[in-house]
Amino acid sequence: MASSVFSLASATPSASLSSHDIEKGKLNLRNTSLCFKKEKNNPFMKIKSFGRISMVVASNVSRFEGITMAPPDPILGVSEAFKADNHELKLNLGVGAYRTEELEPYVLDVVKKADKLLLEKGENREYLPIEGLAAFNKVTADLLFGADNPVIKQQRVATVQGLSGTGSLRLAAALIERYFPGGEVLISSPTWGNHKNIFNDAKVPWSEYRYYDPKTVGLDFEGMMADIKAAPEGSFILLHGCAHNPTGIDPTPEQWEIIADVIQEKNHIPFFDIAYQGFASGSLGADAASVRMFVARGMEVIAAQSYSKNLGLYAERIGAINVVCSSPDAAARVKSQLKRIARPMYSNPPVHGARIVANIVGDAALFKEWNAEMEMMAGRIKNVRDKLFDSLSSEDKSGKDWSFVLKQIGMFSFTGLNKAQCDNMTTKWHIYMTKDGRISLAGLSLAKCEYLADAIIDSYHNVS
Amino acid sequence: MIISRFLRRGISTSTSPTRRRSWWDHVTPALKDPINAVTDAFLADPCPYKINLGVGAYRDDEGKPVVLQCVREAEGKTGATNFLESTSTAISSKLVEESAKLIYGEDSDVIKERRFAGIPALSGTGACRIFAEFQKRFYPDSTIYFPDPTWSNHRNIWGDAHVPDRTFHYYHPDSKGLNFVALMDDVKNAPDGSFFLLQPCAHNPTGVDPTDEQWLEISSLFKVKNHFPFFDVAYQGFASGDVERDAQAIRIFLEDGHSIGCAQSFAKNMGLYGHRVGCLSILCNDKIQAVAIKSQLKQISNTMYGSPPIHGISLVSKILSNPDIKALWLKEVKVMATRIQRMRATLREALERLGSPLNWQHITNQVGMFCFSGLTRAEVDQLAKEFHIYMTHDGRISMAGVTTKNVDYVARAIHEVTASDRDIKILHNIGAYKVNTDICSTSLGTKKTRARGMNLAL
Repeated sequence: MASSVFSLASATPSASLSSHDIEKGKLNLRNTSLCFKKEKNNPFMKIKSFGRISMVVASNVSRFEGITMAPPDPILGVSEAFKADNHELKLNLGVGAYRTEELEPYVLDVVKKADKLLLEKGENREYLPIEGLAAFNKVTADLLFGADNPVIKQQRVATVQGLSGTGSLRLAAALIERYFPGGEVLISSPTWGNHKNIFNDAKVPWSEYRYYDPKTVGLDFEGMMADIKAAPEGSFILLHGCAHNPTGIDPTPEQWEIIADVIQEKNHIPFFDIAYQGFASGSLGADAASVRMFVARGMEVIAAQSYSKNLGLYAERIGAINVVCSSPDAAARVKSQLKRIARPMYSNPPVHGARIVANIVGDAALFKEWNAEMEMMAGRIKNVRDKLFDSLSSEDKSGKDWSFVLKQIGMFSFTGLNKAQCDNMTTKWHIYMTKDGRISLAGLSLAKCEYLADAIIDSYHNVS
Repeated sequence: MIISRFLRRGISTSTSPTRRRSWWDHVTPALKDPINAVTDAFLADPCPYKINLGVGAYRDDEGKPVVLQCVREAEGKTGATNFLESTSTAISSKLVEESAKLIYGEDSDVIKERRFAGIPALSGTGACRIFAEFQKRFYPDSTIYFPDPTWSNHRNIWGDAHVPDRTFHYYHPDSKGLNFVALMDDVKNAPDGSFFLLQPCAHNPTGVDPTDEQWLEISSLFKVKNHFPFFDVAYQGFASGDVERDAQAIRIFLEDGHSIGCAQSFAKNMGLYGHRVGCLSILCNDKIQAVAIKSQLKQISNTMYGSPPIHGISLVSKILSNPDIKALWLKEVKVMATRIQRMRATLREALERLGSPLNWQHITNQVGMFCFSGLTRAEVDQLAKEFHIYMTHDGRISMAGVTTKNVDYVARAIHEVTASDRDIKILHNIGAYKVNTDICSTSLGTKKTRARGMNLAL
């Protein structure tokens, strides 16, 4: 840290002013000239005039001199590289943001309607309570657990509005760090890249359970069960409620039951990340089945929700953290501690996205419309999967089984391509994807399926 | 509380909710946030003429929250395009650019040379928290110095970032003004290169601001000590009614060559409380360092919430970058600040008209939304119980909650509850009392000696 040497006449400027002058703030020191000693010959000193007074300072070294660039985000970096590419056939299958068949971003009609309604209502912009908009908290819990769920009726759910999935996960992570010091979170291998970062920054230790089997391009169920069983009792098991990111591989309903058995047996806590409710099957209710099954067993469950994808509200940062507890008293205490964590993070959550969701989910007509749009979006992705599978099967004469494309669920598909093969996809075919082999089908149109199939076949067979 | 996970018993698989051990048995209820607790108490009060002088949110002369016209106009110009994630980056950059110009000055070298790293933040709280985390990351052994007193959430923010805090003298309970000598002493005695949190205008909770001359001296001493000044700018425009004037402290520090950090909030001055929009900026050596620092700030926010919501960001960037809407905003800020100044004067006159012998000069000397009234905890409680007037325990009054209609009532109530102080004063005046201080506990939980404003306004 550079130190500065400051030579100054002994009397401070204010000493000669009357208190009246100081109080009235009338004196303009900028016109006053003060004399100071200058160290002209010292080679380590740089003389700087700052208008009002001349000061001798050591060279201006910022105290943040040694700070290096943070590593680029792998997913967002893909979009940037895509933007920079001028090739006419380029295709962005990087970030999981829904696109229309014309590959345009899509603002849901219900969102436009709800937004317009808000504009017309002209409501105030006062602070929300720390836990968020009450109307939003009610509908979000209803949406996830079902409005008639006993846990809701018995007031056993602590729900706090969070900043999309990320913010909600961070609140839960902070709660874990505070109340289960040393308690470990188990995350799937692979999982969404930001999970690790969130737990790292929240100082929550984590380890991985086997999930993706590259041999089958499917679920390594045995490995998953073994790893969950082997974890220290009372660990937190992070599960994707539906439409696993990045693999698109979800357990079957039977497998979910076994997962629940093992978690109960080992006294673990199930911790759901639900970022794609609606995008898996097209039905909002059906996609909540895994969470509801755990809750129906009487388990205490943590569940983070996001409306970034299913309502396209990425930029408004709206989601929630829910903690299902065994008693209303526990739920109240947990909620108070979640608030205690949120206040020094951002004081209270943003109002706009919450009002939009509350308006849509809370209004029967708009909710119905949303269900229809959700089916449409998920339907488009299913059609694209079908077309891609057909193209792969017809173009590829090697007999390789491409059916995983059909089996995988949600926005993403894990192609099974390795890094070198992914690089080939980009450099030769101008197709942008993440290096783990993940493609976002939300960014694929029917028209481009054949081109993509050709690229995948080429990369798979001709590059190692 | 550390509970061995092996002591936790398994959860019964029955769906009966009665008598079942919970994972969360050891979670105690959190203490209520002191400011929100005031609002809660106010809301729970059924009295029809209750008054909330707690939270610092602006109210018009009818006591109603205000959505500024400039906000409505900006909103009319934005639309569903906000939701497209592709435009988010551009809008966010615009916000940072405009926020920096607002606080550093459009013609500042810092702006021209792009010598700052900035990200949009979740209002002032979010900006402070990202900075606290950044400070912890790169200066893990550092502390932060807060003015005594300061906004109650500052301690929690740096605390949750695991940065220990200290205080420097600020408020002088005798004069109800600035304890400048002690402040300078504390700045001098702090180890070189300490991190300080400064409020450049409309200090929360005291309303006491240094004068320009005092800021000049503080800045000079900071330069000698090589301290890091972090400014929490929550009220630009609310102090004097002029956003340029209210940025003077920062301009002074800039001119002295400090590389400061700055948290800006648009909650109050644009009435965007619930939208959570602000900006964190850190001045750097050059453009290259700015890029590196920005990447680190982004990384910190990416694991906390991703990015702030676009709606508020686009409103602020529109308001600041559109000359007509900005001109409208500046007018509206002046209106808000002026109303508060008028209420200050009115409240003080009302108290003086009631014949209160106590000195109420501080009501008009103090600046911005808050008045540190000097009322004791007991008097604050009495105001709530008997008069249904609510404020924080430290006697901080949000002047924004005072209106033409309620100011006389507020004055009368304050006059009533300070009756015992007045008696002491009157008796002292006639020589009956030699002791001229009163020991009482403050909301900070420490016993402080409080002089009861012995300069009488007779």
